[in-house]
Amino acid sequence: MQKMLTIISNVLRGSASRNGAQVVSEAASMVASSRSYADFTPEASFDIKKVDLYRLEEGPPLTATLTREEGLKYYRTMQTIRRMELKADQLYKQKIIRGFCHLYDGQEACAVGIEGGITLSDHLITAYRAHGYTLTRGGTVREIMAELTGRRGGIAKGKGGSMHMYTKNFYGGNGIVGAQVPLGAGVALACKYLGNDQLCVSLYGDGAANQGQIFETYNMSSLWKLPIIFICENNQYGMGTSVERSSASTEYYKRGDYIPGLRVDGMDVLCVREATKFAADHCRSGKGPILMELQTYRYHGHSMSDPGVSYRTREEIQEVRSKSDPISMLKDRMLSNNMASIEELKEIDIAVRKEIEDAAQFATTDPEPPLDDLCSHIFANDQPFEVRGATPWTKLTSTS
Amino acid sequence: MASIRCFLRSGKSAVSVVLRREFSKTSPAAVQVNVRDALNQAMDEELERDERVFLLGEEVAQYDGAYKVSRGLWKKYGDKRIIDTPITEMGFAGIAVGAAFAGLRPICEFMTWNFSMQAIDQVINSAAKTYYMSAGAQPVPIVFRGPNGSSAGVAAQHSQCFAAWYGHCPGLKVISPWSAEDARGLLKAAIRDNNPVVFLENELMYGVPFDLSEEVMHKDFVLPIGKAKVERQGTHITLVSHSRCVGFCLDAAAVLAKEGVECEVSVVL
Repeated sequence: MQKMLTIISNVLRGSASRNGAQVVSEAASMVASSRSYADFTPEASFDIKKVDLYRLEEGPPLTATLTREEGLKYYRTMQTIRRMELKADQLYKQKIIRGFCHLYDGQEACAVGIEGGITLSDHLITAYRAHGYTLTRGGTVREIMAELTGRRGGIAKGKGGSMHMYTKNFYGGNGIVGAQVPLGAGVALACKYLGNDQLCVSLYGDGAANQGQIFETYNMSSLWKLPIIFICENNQYGMGTSVERSSASTEYYKRGDYIPGLRVDGMDVLCVREATKFAADHCRSGKGPILMELQTYRYHGHSMSDPGVSYRTREEIQEVRSKSDPISMLKDRMLSNNMASIEELKEIDIAVRKEIEDAAQFATTDPEPPLDDLCSHIFANDQPFEVRGATPWTKLTSTS
Repeated sequence: MASIRCFLRSGKSAVSVVLRREFSKTSPAAVQVNVRDALNQAMDEELERDERVFLLGEEVAQYDGAYKVSRGLWKKYGDKRIIDTPITEMGFAGIAVGAAFAGLRPICEFMTWNFSMQAIDQVINSAAKTYYMSAGAQPVPIVFRGPNGSSAGVAAQHSQCFAAWYGHCPGLKVISPWSAEDARGLLKAAIRDNNPVVFLENELMYGVPFDLSEEVMHKDFVLPIGKAKVERQGTHITLVSHSRCVGFCLDAAAVLAKEGVECEVSVVL
């Protein structure tokens, strides 16, 4: 019945725009969208997958409410991340981006869902697959892409690259696997010390989940009841090693032992959001740390040097793409509940494409950092001093 | 009083500080203080001065410090600011660096610098390099401190000197003082510095007393990091050293002086 109504309304809308073809196309779309506010469902509830619980009596709710605005926002952000990563892939193959490049496409629901469950005054730290988080934490596509191409307009002025991007309350982007987890606990310690009711989300992958320092961090965070949400983004492969080959226990949400855990469908942005809200409440109520495992998938290989098919099959990748793609899932939900029109979503796609193109253009044409920057930012708040350059007789000035 | 005012007014000028430091041993001695107490007082004053400063490490709180350097601090400041950690160097060093990211000013104690090898990734990759990689967006105001180098009969695993290792890392300030005055002034400077500082003490120096003048005992006495110092004037040869070996150089200079050779002993801090 619902589908019938959608088809009928689409046909009606189609005929309306045919009449409006005499008017300027912009005006027509404005007319169409002003008409659509009355047409569209402002809010809907969706059933979400039940979350597996560990050491918890209750979990997040089984339904999530999505407003039209939220839906469009999540759609746009996920689509932006997707297209930005694909553009980075393209630029890398053209050798305009060099060095490391670890792409996030497939995992968009994690970054967007997590941000939906916390605020920008909370803190977040992740590992090297960080482009998506840099965006959700306030970075612009322009400065992210310019950082990937190593230009002075980059978010780290071209000196950090793919793995070292920072924004307010976002501590990167960390190259050493697992090191970001104790750092995140330190940020959480600062939140507790300063008494500001903020928390820190500390992310790591299935590969990092076996790191000793993570268990050291579980211990100290529990002991001191730090406001930290540990999140394991389980995309099934640590580089080329599947979870079965790396971990004696693949139930990563239980690995915190005395820390309560949740295992969440990481391809569903609403699932991720509700679980994050639940976890944030747990932390803010002073109960200490909590652990979330997000089951997700990356379409690309580990990095640009990995085609991603020697340790997994193309069929597997294709199956996830067709059955569980996070953007398609959200799109289907919104369309089938009449929360947006296909045209509207297409317009968003076009706008996103343009934003990415402009950013890529900027990233390709912006100049590289000046030679002096090579030695600057060694120390903070210091007087400028001389540093030996590439040869003993060349000197560069280091400024803070 | 006048000398303190004078010192404070010209305190920022490196030249006058160096001149003053050269003659500090001849100014009126106010007290005898050993290196341990000098470090203790330095930390106490900095904890009092800035709410964001805190100390964490193994046995720093209720045990009063493995070598008693943090004696009395837990009683005075409590659990929030003096934190006993489990024996997990990599974890607590990372936590200390993360706290520095978020705006606090941690002092992270390694029971000896030998154990810092367990955490060396956090010291170098997370602390030293971050300001550079973020192009100045993320400073890391942290001090790592603890006894370094030789001790008495503790065998190879507990006797390594890390000055050369850490000294080679851009982004780290490495300090290895000898006297109580230097330990005091440089620890205070290190805590006030917005950069990661590796502060190498020496266990055998902790109990050695030095004469400290009134101006050195002032709560704002800081020494500039990175300036060498002449401990003993001389004209024939220069002996350069750091930490405990400065004492041996001075002893050697005394022996040679009897033969008419005047050694200058320079301390690189």
